[in-house]
Amino acid sequence: MGAIGNILFSGVGGQGILLASEITAYALLSAGYDAKKSEVHGMAQRGGSVTAQLRYGEKVYSPLIEPGKADILVSFEMMEAARYLPYLHKESKVIVNTQQIKPPSVAMGQVAYPLDVLDAITSQGIQVVTVAAFDIARDVGEVKAANVVMVGAMSNFLPMAAEVYEEIINTRVPERFREVNIKAFRAGRQTSS
Amino acid sequence: MSGNEAIALAAYEAGVKVASGYPGTPSTEIMENLSRYEGVYTEWAPNEKVGLEVAIGASFAGVRALATMKHVGVNVAADPLFTASYTGGRGGLVVLTADDPEMHSSQNEQDNRNYAYAAKLPMLEPSDPSEAKTLLKEAFELSERLDTPVLFRITTRVAHVKGVVSKGEMMTSAATCGIEKMPAKFVMLPGNARNRRKVVEERMGELRKIAETDEYNRVEAGDRKRGFITGGVSYLYVKEAFPEATVLKLGMSWPLPEEKIKAFAATVDELFVVEELDPFLEHHIKAMGVACHGKDCIPNQGELNTAIVRKAIDPGSAPKLFSAPDLPMRPPNMCAGCPHRGVFYNLSRMKDIFVSGDIGCYTLGFLPPLSAMDSCVCMGASVTIAHGMAKALGAAGKGKLVSVIGDSTFIHSGITGLINSVYNNSASVLIILDNRITAMTGQQNNPASGCNIKGEPANSIDLEELCRAVGVKHVDEVNPHDISACKTALKTALDRDEMSVLISRAPCVLIPEMKKAQHIPYLTTTENCSGCRSCVQLGCPAISWTPLTPEEAEALGYKKKQKGFAVITEVQCNGCGQCAALCKFEAINRKGE
Repeated sequence: MGAIGNILFSGVGGQGILLASEITAYALLSAGYDAKKSEVHGMAQRGGSVTAQLRYGEKVYSPLIEPGKADILVSFEMMEAARYLPYLHKESKVIVNTQQIKPPSVAMGQVAYPLDVLDAITSQGIQVVTVAAFDIARDVGEVKAANVVMVGAMSNFLPMAAEVYEEIINTRVPERFREVNIKAFRAGRQTSS
Repeated sequence: MSGNEAIALAAYEAGVKVASGYPGTPSTEIMENLSRYEGVYTEWAPNEKVGLEVAIGASFAGVRALATMKHVGVNVAADPLFTASYTGGRGGLVVLTADDPEMHSSQNEQDNRNYAYAAKLPMLEPSDPSEAKTLLKEAFELSERLDTPVLFRITTRVAHVKGVVSKGEMMTSAATCGIEKMPAKFVMLPGNARNRRKVVEERMGELRKIAETDEYNRVEAGDRKRGFITGGVSYLYVKEAFPEATVLKLGMSWPLPEEKIKAFAATVDELFVVEELDPFLEHHIKAMGVACHGKDCIPNQGELNTAIVRKAIDPGSAPKLFSAPDLPMRPPNMCAGCPHRGVFYNLSRMKDIFVSGDIGCYTLGFLPPLSAMDSCVCMGASVTIAHGMAKALGAAGKGKLVSVIGDSTFIHSGITGLINSVYNNSASVLIILDNRITAMTGQQNNPASGCNIKGEPANSIDLEELCRAVGVKHVDEVNPHDISACKTALKTALDRDEMSVLISRAPCVLIPEMKKAQHIPYLTTTENCSGCRSCVQLGCPAISWTPLTPEEAEALGYKKKQKGFAVITEVQCNGCGQCAALCKFEAINRKGE
């Protein structure tokens, strides 16, 4: 069995994680890999912690990433990156949207948002790339495209060329959102190249 | 595509003509996707029992039929299921159960393989989307060949996993569509049923033979020191954890191929049965006199994964992992602008009441800060549990029992409970949270929505008239966003000595019309905020609290003792206005006003 690549997407329900992982999966398939993706629908999507797990290689059996085996973690929210630290290894790459979405206990003022939360990852010697995806998306004209900004930033750590992703955005995203998503993807790709 | 999309495609290619189901995670997307194919009649049924009976009827008329439901839905449909095992049908009939190990979105994690044993039905179980597509088509062939309904079990990690799936050939049913009277088979009076009971046993015998020879159950050769018997998604974890080992993969979970299992066991030094949830295979394999490991090492709760399977069998193999820092939890929450919040806010302010809840988005009313739900058991149990408590408590329960149920859940199985409450003279209050949609599973239409599964106009049940028709004398409607009207309506209803129904009516913010509508958000005038926290108590995700030290408070021009101030995040606000109604300090106003 060949080596399997593992990409973990984390964030908060409603941030567009499913679309981001979908674009990445199609990009991997068009590059000739087998791929499987796992996600959870239903109650967890109502503003809770959400993940999508994407695995690719010559032949993928399990749809789930084992703890300690995620090669790339793409977190759409800052604190949610640290929640999945047990999935990382020393050589993992972490791409984090620095946007902070307050969980209920923080919004209620019971506890503070842990602003130094990324230290928990960097102190293990793991590379962290921060991306102000929300601001970048606002600048390209659509805050909802922050998810595609993150795909752009992550794409630098995968072998496929930018055209592969752009082709997928052009065929898979509804027409009226294509242009802004292409812009978002390019802006994201520039951040960490 | 996802497992559910693959199953919809397979049903279409198998020539299914009629499909009925009730939404339930993780099964919902099957019917949604199937409804987009030409030539297949699809519908949302009010509940799973109705859905299965519709499919049985279609099979009796000689077409291929599919019923879909989540695992707990099979409990509702169990009555027709057990007798359909006796009748068989004419056109192929498949009953799909989508189980939810780990309870990602369910109230229990029952293992529905047990239904195959109990109802004497064959069960097929795929491991991934691609196999789901192949096996479902075979399920229809098997159903017609053996004249039996076929149970088809998937789990969350088949339903919501996406993988590569190929399109295939279209198939046609061997049956002809038409009215054909077959009383000995279709009329299950005791005399006929006793004869069919014998047929069921003969059929199980045939199925056992098929299990021995068919490709559903295959041996994958490998190292024989350890042999694995597994099926469903567990097969994938075994292949990753022990790629070198020999495996007997069971695509048919019931009946089991006894000879094949015994022969396989004889070839390996040590036999492991790897399965999620119950020791279903293990018990039956042990009953064959075959020694094996199973739940002595593999957990019987929650989902499995590669790491769990590897560690269970080789305890020393677990890698050292980084541990996550202590982080605030992020549980799910009702959306900003959710109409349910107005009802639960009022319930949370009422002392000494017991709120009997039900299954839906509104079950989130249990979570803090609202914490306004005291029980949740199953679909439709809100009104019945309140009635049972009322009868147990007598006078002590007066004015204290409230049940809450969504529109879809009320139609699913709340109506019969309400009839019981009226018939047997209850004095509790039932709140129907009518948001026009089956929201939790992803906004499916229901008999009160005014649209069918395809979004075409359909008859819409008048819930108020329905409640009056079953004998409720006091039926009132309230806008849940109007906090004070909601409070008054609740108090009036609780003061009555007779059953009251309060219909809380406002659409879900996630339905397409609401998403398209331009909501004018509410904004905070922070200098007016007194720090009373009234709005924060709603638990709306658009409202957050910024704590202040006395020095910070003074610097911002507040009184020194003010502990903080509230802010609305404009992009998250859906403009419901519940918070503005609670603010006594002119600190929350609609944008532009």
